Amino acid sequence: MNRTRLTLVLLLAYLAVFLQAAWQAPRLWLGTPLSLLPPLVVYAALRLDLLALTLLALAGGVALDALSANPLGTSPLPLYLTGWLIWARRETLVQEQDYARLLLGALAGLLVPLFTLILVLSSGAEPDLGRHTLWQVLAGTVVAGVCTPVLFRLLDRLERWFVHPPLTTGAYRPDREIKRGRS
Amino acid sequence: MLKRPQWLAWGAVALVTLVLLNLPDQWAARVKVAVGVLFLPLFGLVGSAQHLAGEASRALAPRDELHRQLEALRRDHQQLQLELVRAREALEENRRLRHLLDWHPPGPWKTRVCRVLARDPASWWQSLTLDAGARDGLRSGLPVLVPEGLVGRVDHVAETTAEVILVGDPRCRVAVIVRETGDTGVLSTRSAGVLDHRLVDLTHLPRLLAVRPGHTVLTSGLGGVFPPGLPVGTVVDTRSVGYGLYAEARVQLHADPARLREVLVLLP
Repeated sequence: MNRTRLTLVLLLAYLAVFLQAAWQAPRLWLGTPLSLLPPLVVYAALRLDLLALTLLALAGGVALDALSANPLGTSPLPLYLTGWLIWARRETLVQEQDYARLLLGALAGLLVPLFTLILVLSSGAEPDLGRHTLWQVLAGTVVAGVCTPVLFRLLDRLERWFVHPPLTTGAYRPDREIKRGRS
Repeated sequence: MLKRPQWLAWGAVALVTLVLLNLPDQWAARVKVAVGVLFLPLFGLVGSAQHLAGEASRALAPRDELHRQLEALRRDHQQLQLELVRAREALEENRRLRHLLDWHPPGPWKTRVCRVLARDPASWWQSLTLDAGARDGLRSGLPVLVPEGLVGRVDHVAETTAEVILVGDPRCRVAVIVRETGDTGVLSTRSAGVLDHRLVDLTHLPRLLAVRPGHTVLTSGLGGVFPPGLPVGTVVDTRSVGYGLYAEARVQLHADPARLREVLVLLP
């Protein structure tokens, strides 16, 4: 696993949680905060390994719960579960097209709040639920879907800046060398 | 079939979740504060940037505009001076009458202006974080308001920050009175309206409903958390519920919780 990639993703998770708490504009326009952790989980599931996904779910989830009224520990499991569902099928998923990333992001944007709500309710807390919750989940799903391809492009660009490209192997293979003359 | 690394990852996430969910409340609050401290530099940075932007806009304001504003403020100031004289007379009369009736008034409240640092990142909680905490005299249960009306009450207090639960969150119920009719009720959760986040349900109203749209809702002081007479909102509509056994109303809050930047905390 590339440490720079992991550091970038964890740094972005830190900024994503901060933006979710501090940036008011999406809340005013959409009625729901901008949640960037589900798109990050999709990125980690498709591009990084299981350790990175686990670290992202744990660090991002605990940070989110620390700034929220959620009972501590309710967010890591939904983030990880959603990421794992994508990670376990990543060999069969279309990854490079924007529409596929959009759909995966939307799926993550839907599953993460639903799983979290189930955990919050089972912990005995009384969240503010109603018809507006449906709107918030729907808006969150669309926003996560739209943000995911953008995030992939951003992270690809960042990666080009900070990560050395892998050495490309030439066409020469020693086992295919034709040796002439008697040995 | 799961392989060994997958089992390990699942085990780690499940273990952390179980441990955190089963932490005693005090420990959970400490962990939240410890993790939340990591974000304070960013909040400070945003606050400084906003301050600088405000200073810059003030520096760039045209002189004519400043003169116009100064004149308007002078007029307002004179008007308020007159009203202050009248209010002082009324206060003195009130004090005299209270003395005659031997009725001791509640102690005066002090206020502390606090800046809103953040809002709850989860959309199913109505709460926000302030830039003042226990070291500034804040404690759990104190009322929070803006000049327009009541905002909520202080819940958890850390050393330098405090969490405020807003009116409309199920954890912040407010005993209120309708000024025009004297009917009392309880402000409970946010109303079902999707587009207007300022609508809150007013429940436990008497069956014979005299409350009408446009009536003003104030805190009643029942329960002892909020002092009486704080403006809360205006009745939007009413309905009969429970087969006519009791009534409910929808109240539009005076204070817009989505646009709060600074709030006042009432200190006893």
